[in-house]
Amino acid sequence: MATDIIIHDEKDNVGVVVIDKIVPQQECSCWIMENDKTTKIQSINEIQLGHKIAMVDLNEGDTILKYGHDIGKVVKSIKKGEHVHVHNVKTKKW
Amino acid sequence: MFTMLKLRSGKNMEIPKNFLGYKRENGRVGTRNHVIILPVDDISNACAEAVANNIKGTIALPHSYGRLQFGADLDLHFRTMIGTGKNPNVAAVIVIGIEPKWTKRIVDEIAKTGKPVEGFHIERTGDIGTIMNASKKAQEFAMWASEKQREECPLSDLWISVKCGESDTTSGLAANPTVGNLMDKLEPLGVHLCFGETSELTGAEKVCAMRGATPEASKKFMKTWSDYNDFILKEATDDLSDSQPTAGNIAGGLTTIEEKAFGNFQKIGNCKFIDVLEPAEEPTKGKGLYFMDTSSAAAECITLQAAAGFNIHLFPTGQGNIVGNPIEPVVKLTANPLTVKGMGEHIDCDVSKILSREMTMSQAGDELIKSMIRVANGRLTCAEALGHKEFVMTKLYRSA
Repeated sequence: MATDIIIHDEKDNVGVVVIDKIVPQQECSCWIMENDKTTKIQSINEIQLGHKIAMVDLNEGDTILKYGHDIGKVVKSIKKGEHVHVHNVKTKKW
Repeated sequence: MFTMLKLRSGKNMEIPKNFLGYKRENGRVGTRNHVIILPVDDISNACAEAVANNIKGTIALPHSYGRLQFGADLDLHFRTMIGTGKNPNVAAVIVIGIEPKWTKRIVDEIAKTGKPVEGFHIERTGDIGTIMNASKKAQEFAMWASEKQREECPLSDLWISVKCGESDTTSGLAANPTVGNLMDKLEPLGVHLCFGETSELTGAEKVCAMRGATPEASKKFMKTWSDYNDFILKEATDDLSDSQPTAGNIAGGLTTIEEKAFGNFQKIGNCKFIDVLEPAEEPTKGKGLYFMDTSSAAAECITLQAAAGFNIHLFPTGQGNIVGNPIEPVVKLTANPLTVKGMGEHIDCDVSKILSREMTMSQAGDELIKSMIRVANGRLTCAEALGHKEFVMTKLYRSA
C-alpha cells in the first residue's frame, strides 16, 4: 500500500506527509524508517507535502521529537492528526 | 537514535575506481580546467571583467571586498583569494589589484603550486593599459591550458564538499541521507570530504560533536559552534524566525532550526570528522571528513570550500536552491517531486522516488555517485549550463 506519511524514528511524535496532500479524515498509512514498521493515523486537517502531522495528542510545553531528537516545544496544544508547524511549535534555541 | 541501517538492504553497484581529471603540477587533480582572472579588490573588477571579455576561455571572479580590511577578516580575504587560485580546477591565474603589494602576496602564494600565475596592478598604468597587458598574458595562459588533456585518476583524488540549501523536510528524509550514503561508500576509498554550515547545526550540535574522530576534534567543534552561536545571539534583534528557518524552509514544512539541523546532519552519514577547519582553510590531515566553520548561506559556504581546495560539490535541495560556483562544479539533487516537476533544469540527480519508496537509500546513493563521476569527468552541471557562478567572499566584520 502506498505510503502517505514517513516517520524517521520510532520515538518521534510527528510524521511527514510525502504525497501531494492529505485531506481531513483521511486514513493515512505511515512508514517508520528506523524499524521498517507501519502504522495508521486519521488526519484532522488538510496537510501539504513536506508538512508534519501529530502522531499523538500534545500539550503546551511538550517536546516535539523527530529523528528521535528534540526539535522544539509545543506553544499551543495539538490533537493527534493535526497539522504541526510554526503556528503551534517554536524553537527552544535563539 | 535514527540510523540508516534498515535502508541499506539491496545489492550495491560496483563503485568505479577512476575518473578523468586534470593532473596539476603539485600532484592535485582538477575536475575542471579554468583560467581565472582574479581581482584582488572591488575596484579591480572592471579590469578583470574586461580581460575575461577579451580572451575566450577565461573567467573573471568579481567580488565586493578587498579594501581596508584588517585582522582575521583580512587573513580570510587572502586565504580565500589564494585558495581559489590554488584550487586544482584552476589551470592558470591572472591576478589584478589596484596596487602591487597585496597583488604580489597573492601571486607568490599561488605560484607555490607550480601553476602559471601572473599579477598586474592598476596604479600608474590605468585600466586600459592594465587590460592590454593582462589580456596578452591571459591569451597565452588560455591557449596553453586548452592543450591540457584529462587523464585517468583514482577516485581518491576527488575532494568532495557538501552543503544543502532551500531545505525542506524532504531534504532530511531523503536528499541529505543520499549524500550521507555516498559519504559512507566513498570515505573508505580515500576521498577528502567536507561539511560546514555552523549555524545550521544549532539544535544538533551535541550530537554532531559526538562524531568527532578524536576528543580534540569534538572539543574544537563545540568551541567553533559556541562562538558562532554567541555571535548570533549578540546580533539578534528577534527570535530569528524570519531568517532561520528561511521563508522557503517554512513553506516546505520545516518549523524550527533544530529540525533543520537534524536534517542537515544527515549529509555526513555515519562518518566521523577528523578535524575542524577555519573558513577556507586547506585540510592537512589527509583523507577523510572535515568540518569547516562556514556561514550557512550557500554561495558563501561553497566559495570557502572551493578555496580550501575541494574540487566537486554535492548540493541537496528541497524547495530548489539554484546556486553555482565559478570553479567548483555544484551537483544538485532533490527528493521533492514538486521541485523536480517545476524546476527540473536545476536538478542533476532526482531521488524523489525515495519518498514513494520506489527507491532505497542505497540505490539513491549509487545514482548520486554516478551523477557525480559524470560531472567529475567533464559533464556540465545544471548550474554550469545555466551560467551560475556565484563567487561570494565571507566578510567577518566592518573594514577599518
